[in-house]
Amino acid sequence: MKREILFQMKSPYRDDFKIQGFRFGEGEKSVAIVGAMRGDEIQQQFTCSQVVKNLIELEKEGRILPGHEILVIPSANHFSMNINKRFWAMDNTDINRMFPGYDKGETTQRIAAALFDEVRGFKYGIQLASFYMPGEFIPHVRMMDTGFQNVKLAKKFGLPYVLVRKPKPYDTAVLNYNWQIFDTQAFSIYSGDTDTINKESAKIAWLSILRFLNSMKIIKKDMHEGFNSSVLHDNDMETIKSNQAGILYSQRGAKDEVKEGDLLAKILDPFTGAVRSEIYSPIDGTIFFAHDKPLIHQNTVMYKIVKF
Amino acid sequence: MIKTIISEGLPVDEQLLIRKKIIQNGTGPKRICIVTGTHGDELEGQYVCFELIRRLNENIQFLDGTVEVYPALNPLGVDSVTRGIPTFDLDMNRIFPGDPNGHLIEHTAYEIIQDLKGADMVIDIHASNIFLREMPQARINVQMSKKLIPFANLLNIDFIWIHDAATVLESTLAHSLNVIKTPTIVVEMGIGMRITRDYGNRLVDGIFNMMKKMKMWSGPISKEISKPMLSTTGEVFFMNADASGIIIPSVSHSVNVKKGDLLCQIVDPFEGVVLQNVLSPVDGVVFTLRTYPVVYEGSLIARIFSKTPCSDNL
Repeated sequence: MKREILFQMKSPYRDDFKIQGFRFGEGEKSVAIVGAMRGDEIQQQFTCSQVVKNLIELEKEGRILPGHEILVIPSANHFSMNINKRFWAMDNTDINRMFPGYDKGETTQRIAAALFDEVRGFKYGIQLASFYMPGEFIPHVRMMDTGFQNVKLAKKFGLPYVLVRKPKPYDTAVLNYNWQIFDTQAFSIYSGDTDTINKESAKIAWLSILRFLNSMKIIKKDMHEGFNSSVLHDNDMETIKSNQAGILYSQRGAKDEVKEGDLLAKILDPFTGAVRSEIYSPIDGTIFFAHDKPLIHQNTVMYKIVKF
Repeated sequence: MIKTIISEGLPVDEQLLIRKKIIQNGTGPKRICIVTGTHGDELEGQYVCFELIRRLNENIQFLDGTVEVYPALNPLGVDSVTRGIPTFDLDMNRIFPGDPNGHLIEHTAYEIIQDLKGADMVIDIHASNIFLREMPQARINVQMSKKLIPFANLLNIDFIWIHDAATVLESTLAHSLNVIKTPTIVVEMGIGMRITRDYGNRLVDGIFNMMKKMKMWSGPISKEISKPMLSTTGEVFFMNADASGIIIPSVSHSVNVKKGDLLCQIVDPFEGVVLQNVLSPVDGVVFTLRTYPVVYEGSLIARIFSKTPCSDNL
């Protein structure tokens, strides 16, 4: 393993900002893995650190197969993480809305350009991603329908689901989209949590990455094959929105299997505790996403349920 | 009349309210919309809304049509000194055109688009951010320039910046409206968290001037409407910091500079040394200037518009 500083920038008073890379093996640029790009992506940072730890062990045992280079970048924004900010510490811009970046541009454009310069050209790109909605997901692989996506490959992570979704206007500036445009097979791994560490779901995520590397014959490791992933599109899920605002008292969470008519949650009056609304499942299915904050706005996505 | 276009419950005893003021007179079919407050720290538009409505109220007899004013598309942000949408930490101007079946904020963005759709003109007022001061200017996508430049010329601004298609952010309100054939001009002026009264008055004069040309306004208008520079008659130069440090300015905003003039110095207060002398690469006018002193490598310091010699004859 070679530990490298891929990008370095001085700060007026803070320590230098550095993006560190961990490079394993030599040969074809096989896989680039990117962890936290936002300051609250602690689960993503932790997951990536465990990938590095596992790869160090595998390298010691000679289990990284010849002819492959793996680059892991656990953190691209610890300047924000260290001070509990989500976006760039100075101007609050989002590095993951700056790709492919611009090396003569603004600070986060330069960071994105430096990062993309390091990770482009790899055959496979894996990002440990987070979602803007507060909530818990079933661990899954997400890919954008750009015409370049390869669902068969995504199933090799062995996660329960592969979600293919249509790009939205802002997606053209995210890493995953640009990877695909520049001929890298790109996958975003959602392990379910962001600003807290959930060891169980993090382990599912890092094992899924190792499973993918194993399946692509980049490493050699005895592993369980994982799930035979179901492939989903946005319209395969039933969205349930809140019809009231208040205190959310959840009865069911992500991964739960539910029947039509099951009580999923109650929304309580924050002054009297009276039940303002009871939320029932309209279908039989598995909860793919569940809002998990204690307060809920009206007309907010509370659940997404995959139909059986 | 004030109309509520969004009313959604917040968790504890409060509604998220997005409202517009409708001022209507006569039988004219034209409708213009003035929107601002998408970024909660951009407040220049607040004065424009106040002054526009004040003048309309005083002289309503001259109006023949409808003026709709949306002072705060992001009311939670404006009222809490937050640029993005509080609780979601999202830039509201990156979620358009929204989604009727999406999350509250996506649904809100969708409803805003539906409400503005069909207007004869939308003026989307921004105020840069807390770092940069901007000369009053319109920003227009090259694909819409033929339609929008004649209107922008009426707004009493100093500069019209035509953007290449490749640099256009598709998730903005203006782009989303232009795509559905609702003409929308983005006006950038001033600086975040402040109100520059002179700029506000100028834009209000410009809006009345535009309404006059649209035959919505028959009252008096300012006789001093400025003729803006057009970016396609020259070139825009960006100056970004090469070093991280503290900026000491040497020029004022909106001034003409010569090639080689010192714009500012980036200094290291610890060592007492100059890290970078930022010099103008061209003759031109400083239409964007950084006012916030702390910079990182890459931070935008200034934008200068340099007119091509003889461009007046182009």
